[in-house]
Amino acid sequence: MALDPSFIGRTYPPTEPYEVGREKIREFAVAVGDPNPAYTEREAAKALGHPDVIAPPTFPFVLTYAAAAQVVEDPELGLDFSRVVHGDQKFAYTRPLRAGDRVRVEIAIDNIKSLAGNDVLTVRGEVVEESGEHVVTSIMTLVARAADEQADEKAGEQ
Amino acid sequence: MAVSFDEVAVGTELPAQSFPVSRATLVRYAGASGDFNPIHWNEKFAVGVGLPDVIAHGMFTMAEAVRVVTDWTGDPGAVVEYGVRFTRPVVVPNDEAGAVIEVSGKVAKLLDGRRVQVDLLVTSAGQKVLGMSRAVVQLG
Repeated sequence: MALDPSFIGRTYPPTEPYEVGREKIREFAVAVGDPNPAYTEREAAKALGHPDVIAPPTFPFVLTYAAAAQVVEDPELGLDFSRVVHGDQKFAYTRPLRAGDRVRVEIAIDNIKSLAGNDVLTVRGEVVEESGEHVVTSIMTLVARAADEQADEKAGEQ
Repeated sequence: MAVSFDEVAVGTELPAQSFPVSRATLVRYAGASGDFNPIHWNEKFAVGVGLPDVIAHGMFTMAEAVRVVTDWTGDPGAVVEYGVRFTRPVVVPNDEAGAVIEVSGKVAKLLDGRRVQVDLLVTSAGQKVLGMSRAVVQLG
């Protein structure tokens, strides 16, 4: 059954603060194999004009995806997560996330549409520092594949 | 060395790079990102849900692709927008070779405020794995 479009515009309470740690940034940079010193050396980051080490551009997804669980697990919305794939992902940065930031994520459902029997859900996450400063916006599109075979065939025709 | 807006034109190519991905890479990324979906490390599970084999996290591929941009600018903080569409999975066989993600990029547009749009081409095993892969970068 298609998702209820009346959920468009729904917002969720801000998450508890997440403190960005320099060792977590280092772990992430190592995991993606990126030796850029801006991620690990404070002096290198300062030389680029940052007050402390910064996180790689895709790091904020760690926070925004966890926060999006509010949508994914919202029993009223009724998304079947076993059929969900990540369709696309965008970030718009006011500045990079950096060590020492304490940020909250505010999640909103920007859009719900049905395409060839699949539900396409656009989830926006605003990552905001405790001071109120905006850091990054994440726009994630989730595609929930149709549950019935007929709709699956329709999707396959695309 | 920082790239200056005055040095680039539409069509300027960024140095292309190849990024190897093994099963160990995916396990490490799962730990760092908190995404423990078994399709990224458990072959039996991946095949069971209709995939050809274990696949890389889309967000891992997205992280590798932007390195062509951040290595070019030097400052990863120069990236003001970045988006991709996940079109095909990067299939990672359980062998020493694993998979390779190939990334090239070029300046597609010059924008106001000394910003440029960089379009990325991201392939693995000869197939495009990310679509609409582009970044907007603030240059000096």
